Amino acid sequence: MDIGILNVVTYLPLLGAAFILFFLSDPRKIRYFATMVAAVDFGVSLFLWWYFDPTVGGDRIFQFRWTRDWIPSLGVKYDFGIDGIALLLILLTTFMGVIAIWSSFSAIDYRQKEYYVLLLLLQTGMIGTFCALDFFLFYVFWEVMLVPMYFIIGIWGGPRKLYAAIKFFLYTLAGSVLMLLSILALYFFNDGGIPFLHINGLGNGYSFSMLQYHNIGHLIPVSLQRWIFAGFFFGFAIKVPMFPFHTWLPDAHTEAPTAGSIILAAVLLKMGTYGFVRVALPILPQATLDWLPFIVGLSIVGIIYGALVTLVQKDMKKLIAYSSVSHLGFVMLGMFALNPMGIKGSVIQMINHGISTGALFLLVGIIYERRHSRMIADYGGLAKQMPMYATLFLIAALSSMGLPALNGFIGEFTILLGAANRNIWWAVFAAIGIVLGAAYLLWLYQRVFWGPLDNPANKNIRDLNRRELGLLVALVAVMVWIGIYPKPIFDLLDKPVEYVVQKVDPGYFNNLPAMHVAESK
Amino acid sequence: MASVLLLIALLPAIGALCNGVRAFARPLQPKNRAITNFFALASTGLSAVLAAWMLIAYREPWEHSYFTWIPAGIGHVIGKSLSNFTIDFALRIDPLSLTMLMIVTWIGFLIHVYATGYMAHETGYTRFFAYLNLFMFMMLLLVLGANYVVMFVGWEGVGLCSYLLIGFYYEKNFAADAGKKAFIVNRIGDFGFILGIFLIFNAFGSGDYSKVFAMASAHPLHYSGTATAICLLLFVGACGKSAQAPLYVWLPDAMAGPTPVSALIHAATMVTAGVYMVVRSNVLFRLSPVAMLVVAMVGLVTAVFAATIGLAQNDIKKVLAYSTVSQLGYMFLGAGVGAFTAAIFHVMTHAFFKACLFLGAGSVIHGCGGEQDMRKMGGLRKYMPHTRWTMLVACLAIAGMPLFAGFYSKDEILSGSFAFSWKIWIVGAFGAGLTAFYMFRLYFMTFSGEYRGAKVVGIETSEPEHGGHDLIPDQKHLDQGDAHLDKGHGHHADVHVPHESPLVMTGVLMVLAVLSIIGGWIGWPAALGGGFPTPFQRWLEPVLLPLGEHQFHFHEARRWEELLLMALSVGVALVGIFIATRFYKRDAQWTTATRLATRFAPIYGLITNKYYVDEFYNATVVRGTIVFSRALSWFDANIIDGLVNLTRHVTVFVFGHGSSLIDTFIVDGAVNGLAFTAGAASRLFRRMQTGFVQNYALVMGGGIVLIAAIYLFLKP
Repeated sequence: MDIGILNVVTYLPLLGAAFILFFLSDPRKIRYFATMVAAVDFGVSLFLWWYFDPTVGGDRIFQFRWTRDWIPSLGVKYDFGIDGIALLLILLTTFMGVIAIWSSFSAIDYRQKEYYVLLLLLQTGMIGTFCALDFFLFYVFWEVMLVPMYFIIGIWGGPRKLYAAIKFFLYTLAGSVLMLLSILALYFFNDGGIPFLHINGLGNGYSFSMLQYHNIGHLIPVSLQRWIFAGFFFGFAIKVPMFPFHTWLPDAHTEAPTAGSIILAAVLLKMGTYGFVRVALPILPQATLDWLPFIVGLSIVGIIYGALVTLVQKDMKKLIAYSSVSHLGFVMLGMFALNPMGIKGSVIQMINHGISTGALFLLVGIIYERRHSRMIADYGGLAKQMPMYATLFLIAALSSMGLPALNGFIGEFTILLGAANRNIWWAVFAAIGIVLGAAYLLWLYQRVFWGPLDNPANKNIRDLNRRELGLLVALVAVMVWIGIYPKPIFDLLDKPVEYVVQKVDPGYFNNLPAMHVAESK
Repeated sequence: MASVLLLIALLPAIGALCNGVRAFARPLQPKNRAITNFFALASTGLSAVLAAWMLIAYREPWEHSYFTWIPAGIGHVIGKSLSNFTIDFALRIDPLSLTMLMIVTWIGFLIHVYATGYMAHETGYTRFFAYLNLFMFMMLLLVLGANYVVMFVGWEGVGLCSYLLIGFYYEKNFAADAGKKAFIVNRIGDFGFILGIFLIFNAFGSGDYSKVFAMASAHPLHYSGTATAICLLLFVGACGKSAQAPLYVWLPDAMAGPTPVSALIHAATMVTAGVYMVVRSNVLFRLSPVAMLVVAMVGLVTAVFAATIGLAQNDIKKVLAYSTVSQLGYMFLGAGVGAFTAAIFHVMTHAFFKACLFLGAGSVIHGCGGEQDMRKMGGLRKYMPHTRWTMLVACLAIAGMPLFAGFYSKDEILSGSFAFSWKIWIVGAFGAGLTAFYMFRLYFMTFSGEYRGAKVVGIETSEPEHGGHDLIPDQKHLDQGDAHLDKGHGHHADVHVPHESPLVMTGVLMVLAVLSIIGGWIGWPAALGGGFPTPFQRWLEPVLLPLGEHQFHFHEARRWEELLLMALSVGVALVGIFIATRFYKRDAQWTTATRLATRFAPIYGLITNKYYVDEFYNATVVRGTIVFSRALSWFDANIIDGLVNLTRHVTVFVFGHGSSLIDTFIVDGAVNGLAFTAGAASRLFRRMQTGFVQNYALVMGGGIVLIAAIYLFLKP
């Protein structure tokens, strides 16, 4: 029987969670079992990569398809399939899943069973979202993700955990409700039309198939496209989060436990950007062009504004949370350059941000476990006391600020190359964010690690233990690999990005881009 | 050959990795210095030998792509069709990269050797060499890269190593500050550089030197429009890396790093990367007269401006730092007036004599127990004869005395600027006079007269070896209060007798001194009986591609004119040396100099305080950014997030409580109303329920009668 490898990778964490729920009670066993499940899932996703054929283009780029009827009367199908973009994000999810679960061993000391069950459940929700090719299924997984994260923040979080958890939940839920409206608008348009708006439908019957909408998207009247785009925009932009919808993020990150922050930064934020590239761009090409100046503007404001606000944060975790606003601004800017460089860079930067910012949250979590403080002012001179920790922190920071030969550079450079090819001024403003990125990270680094070790409370901090070292070395290895030899990733992105560009800007590869390439000044 | 070239670059990286892992794995334990030395010296030494072999085996330019690094995708090229924007990891060998390769590997190797002596007592010894080797690797990428993006990797990489090495004594706040400042100021420059790269991609569809320059060379008119923007942006990057106005401010602070670092990174190699980049891009720069003029002017202004600051510094390394800024200005002046070979020539000779000067200064500091203030030196010629002789040679070289290396390169630059404009020549020659003055001021303050540091005879024998260098004295220096303590010996006594440095250090000085003399002869000018063009010019000629039909022409001056200019510039330099002799050698109490300083106190104050440029930047750019950021942070927490919370309050209080009211009074009111109605009706009907059987029977009987009557009545 063909059970579908995507089903395996998606539901394995769920099965693991169920097993823990019913059969395990010793926290030690639970921890190890959960890590094992996540590791096996990562192994399965590597297997996916091995068998994925990156050379297939056109409508067949979605591979490992597994389609069944689900609710035939509503046209709902159970439809799984991934392209290179989804594959990369699944790899990121399963990898960071291992890191997040393994990092929680000493951090979580109560209600451990529930914690690991929820983390595994969250994995299923995230992977399912990346696999789903049916809007109905997509929406189900989208909402499934929300619940475990809500509990993880709300139960194992910091002092203001309830406020942060509720804010996170309601804010993103508000966005996803608008997204649902847009899905329904597409759905009715595809069938009989939307009577009270006097819009005639296509009469194709009931369907939630994303791939079908990829093909009929350009038939939707522009006026309707704009409204549908608006719904998707709020759903995705809140999740990204784009300026000015970002304020749930610092609270959620600051209050979440370390693993929660890692997953939140590494994967959950990517749901928004993934939504744009999978849904909004290919289905609504004209609306994308209409909305483009607005979104690019918000992205650039987000890059600079986020970086400036980051500069003056006093809480390390909050600082890194705000830096995400700036980084995700880059991701959005690259995507809306609507050319292969920009979109490839954008997807790669999604991965990079997951790795680098995940590593930084992990690092802050490690120091928090030892000193129970996240305030920068409480530290100073740690390089003397914790040389290994200091070295790895520096590498993570350099990766985050886009130093060449580390991963961040590949993403930022490719994004800016794409943006500059569309309009050099976009690159000019966005590049300010690179300068500020160095400023806030190096200033942070100096205040925490350099200078005299003058706080007596820091004089007995232990350096990394083996588990922490292993986690960080794994992350650093990925940073170096992507920085030096990113070609395998670019290969995966080649066809899917071409597919997206073809949909959103059909004239691009015929040298007739919908927007003219800006002449340089 | 391609694999040898890769090996040349990779060897230092391997050395860095080995020492880096050793330093990382056991950070707190002392490590075997012999093993550290082996990794550090074998890697750089072998790299240097292979580089020499590369030079010997060189026939014609070639490049090799090792792998595809960033296959970015299909983009649009201005005025043309589509192009595949792909960036390869590719290295290139041509006369320019070979020249830089030789400078970097050999000077780098010499400084590594020197550092094994200088840093011998540091606890961070292995970490230091790991950084230094990593720097070599990055610098080699910078000069060997075959496209702008690989150059950019090296460019940022050397910036990182510079940051790490300036901040080597990271526990000291001034070192930490200086490191961060260097990195961020460089990033501002890189902002321009990377935008320049994007414009190159937009215009040429590629970042490979071979493609870009071939296209620009073949169709100069087509690209002359974009060339100005590209070159100006690239030059912003060069200003950052090569410490030109207005981005020079990081270099003097960078002296917080150990002295071998100052010699290698902040004098001989990294800071010349900007000059290399401009010369590398000479085809583009020549397309844009505006950009050339900007390069020349920025170079000239920086050369003279930094020289004036150098006149009044008392910290030996600070003098050399400003001297470096000034000399780099001359290099840009050369490039800007079209004397590209002269610029690279000066890069080379400057690498020799400035490395010699910095290492000599390091030897002096080493010998004086970590003292950097020249006012506390003096008379060292007795104690440190080898250091003294080598320093003297280097001073003569930088002052531009004939037969010494600096003469030939500086003369070529000045001659080129005269051809451009005599006004530039005058300013440039004036700067050369200033250079001669402050260098001999340094020399006399250090080596002439009597030793001014406190000294107690006999303490020397009680000092076994130098103490741990990592114990940096905490006292601040006299001038300006900005501490700049590079190193100290950790002597327990406040007193110290200067002593000569070990052979491993003085030996390197001697090699560099010899190079500071003969290194210039390769560019022997035609006016003095050499050929035209000079051998060095002929060597670099393949890099200077023609523009369309026009071949590149070296400037050939009339002989008498050339000789006159030489005589004048040497004369100016001699005047500078003469004044320095009068002020600081003949006059042991420096009375004339002190009197002048008092009489022109405002000017003197301005110079010693470096024109308050740092203060100005701090007050405007740094403070401005932070204050603005604080305001934004407040805005974020109170306005944007305030709106979110307001939504919550509106929802909870207005809609929530509002609904609650509606719920209570209308929805629930309706329910309650229904209940009330039912109750009222019940109360009405209750009265019928009397409980007496006869009443019920009566009602029942009445009912039967009633129903019967209705039935009969309605029956048809």
